[in-house]
Amino acid sequence: MVFPSAGEKRFDMELNASDPKKVVLQGNEACAKGALYAGCRFFAGYPITPSTEIIELMSSEMQKAGGAFIQMEDEIGSACAIIGARWGGKKAMTATSGPGYTLMQEAIGYAAVTETPIVIVNVQRGGPSTGQPTLSSQEDVYQARYGSHGDYGIIVLSPSSVQEMYDFTVRAFELSEQFRTPVILLSDEVVGHMREKITIHDGSKNIKSGTQKFVVSPHADFFQGENSLVEGQLHDEWGRRIGHVAEQSGRFIQNINKKIQDNADRIADIRTYCMEDADIAIVAYGSVARPAANAVKLARGIRDERILPKLKVFRDLVKRGVPATMHTDYSHLKVGLVKINSLWPFPEEELKRSTQNTELIIVPEMNVGKYCREVERVLKDKKVISMPKSGGDIHTPHEILDEILKEAGVNE
Amino acid sequence: MNKLYKKYIKTELLPTLFCPGCGNGIIQYAAIDAIDSLGIKDQVACVSGIGCSSWIPCYYKMDVMHTMHGRALAFAQGLKLAQPDKKILVFTGDGDCLAIGGNHLLHASARNIDLTVVMANNYIYGMTGGQKSPSTPKGSITKTTPFGSIDEPIDGCRLAMTMGASYVARWTTAHPVQLAKAIREGMEHRGFSFIEVLCQCPVQAGKGVYGEKEPANILKYYKEHTYQYREGMEIPEGKVRIGTLKHDPAAEEYIQKVEKKLISQGIKRG
Repeated sequence: MVFPSAGEKRFDMELNASDPKKVVLQGNEACAKGALYAGCRFFAGYPITPSTEIIELMSSEMQKAGGAFIQMEDEIGSACAIIGARWGGKKAMTATSGPGYTLMQEAIGYAAVTETPIVIVNVQRGGPSTGQPTLSSQEDVYQARYGSHGDYGIIVLSPSSVQEMYDFTVRAFELSEQFRTPVILLSDEVVGHMREKITIHDGSKNIKSGTQKFVVSPHADFFQGENSLVEGQLHDEWGRRIGHVAEQSGRFIQNINKKIQDNADRIADIRTYCMEDADIAIVAYGSVARPAANAVKLARGIRDERILPKLKVFRDLVKRGVPATMHTDYSHLKVGLVKINSLWPFPEEELKRSTQNTELIIVPEMNVGKYCREVERVLKDKKVISMPKSGGDIHTPHEILDEILKEAGVNE
Repeated sequence: MNKLYKKYIKTELLPTLFCPGCGNGIIQYAAIDAIDSLGIKDQVACVSGIGCSSWIPCYYKMDVMHTMHGRALAFAQGLKLAQPDKKILVFTGDGDCLAIGGNHLLHASARNIDLTVVMANNYIYGMTGGQKSPSTPKGSITKTTPFGSIDEPIDGCRLAMTMGASYVARWTTAHPVQLAKAIREGMEHRGFSFIEVLCQCPVQAGKGVYGEKEPANILKYYKEHTYQYREGMEIPEGKVRIGTLKHDPAAEEYIQKVEKKLISQGIKRG
């Protein structure tokens, strides 16, 4: 399913490097392809389910693209190596999942403080600890924002489809260079392992290295004769440490937070579906936006009679004789979807705008209801219902629809 | 001021944060001596971890990355792979390299990737105020071994050699000329070069570890308690071997191996 885009925000990608072509890819493969298209020429990684396909594909494709690939001894090494490579002038990425992502946190803080543009892919699985290597979750949504110690700003994107795995990887490189910051592509097992037909491009997109005037750090890549001092301790614009000076350090922290926060509107990417007349909104991100969109379709009576009988959900319902929500037209409910593509910085203004005519907000997510707290914080005047789900199963469309029916007071 | 210092040191950052009597200044000079003798200042970048020794390159007029505790080798490998024609000089210490960063030392040695590592070994965690490090000799009194250290100290050189480092040398701050020569040899060598420097920390290790807190006497101790191996000689008891411990120019370097493999498989690059 493709999210309709009419009248909504689109990425300003200049897709002119070559003719686009249609291919069927897995989400993780699309991520690797997107990175190569974005000009990523260094990949360091460590195998971990469910992200391993990315390192596997990179081990051959990166070499063929003339870049460098290395399988590191752990995820800490992977995150550090890509930072080193980026100062060597190569756009760099690594990919991991839960436990590996936890190991990378210190390096993410280092990249934030040194303003190093890197891309880290987290194909989320269930946690905590070893957790559920093969099942999906959205449990790392706060870790992606606040995982490293200290105060810093960061950008997090959340794809819902294989096409978005590709597009958002490219976007992640653009944003990382533009704002000189680590960007997290927060995917999940469902999106990482699904296969869909998507449009990709050969060759390389020309993404300019961060040209924005620096906030704090020197920005010359190494070997440019600039004597860059890349320093993890708080520092001035010459790299000199200021960690012992409270006032200067305070400004530093403000700056690396503000450069992301003040640009939240530019970074924000929200797509809406059937929101024109909606008074109930599902706010969803990542893989859960898919069943959420289907719930909207069901509620609105948007049906594809050829496809519907093929859906297991539909067959099961028919078999069980359940008066399935699918059989009923609930279009009077006026349900719409607000799909958040850029999770962090939290797209406050965009979310307020896109939900201004609604009263009821449903937030389904595959965790204990984390992101919902942010939605509640911003949409104080609305009834916000969290719809958490733990255990690894994605919400089904009728689960979401049932919740809407319950909350809207039209329970059967 | 020394000519090399003017050329290589950001004088506006002086004084350094090293304590009086610290050996890091000797290493700092030996490294720029080596770089200058090769005449490749703009072809070298420095990477360091966290700890006193990792501050050595932070005063250099060069591209320097002062990274995370224990991870200098991981950063350096990324930088090297991105710029395979350049030389990367890594500064680390016994705690940084052998404790928290031990795994990276094993793997970088095994890859024999072209890096030059200078590990200042003062037998102590100096920056945090004098706690036992992986190389602290048995019986030493430190802030975390008040009854005397019981752990068998780890020999970084032996570890690197075992794992496949192709150039390994050990010197002390009492041997500054030989040290500079070793760093130079390490940088000329294509492969993983590991140079350990016994380096005095009179303030935090001093009496409890060396039994001596006077810097000059510690240097004298280094001279007296080290030996260079000559063919057929009897190994002196209680002394540390210094000099070049391994030099294998024929050992294949990691990036060379990668390139060779790609060519042999007919993989076209770029």
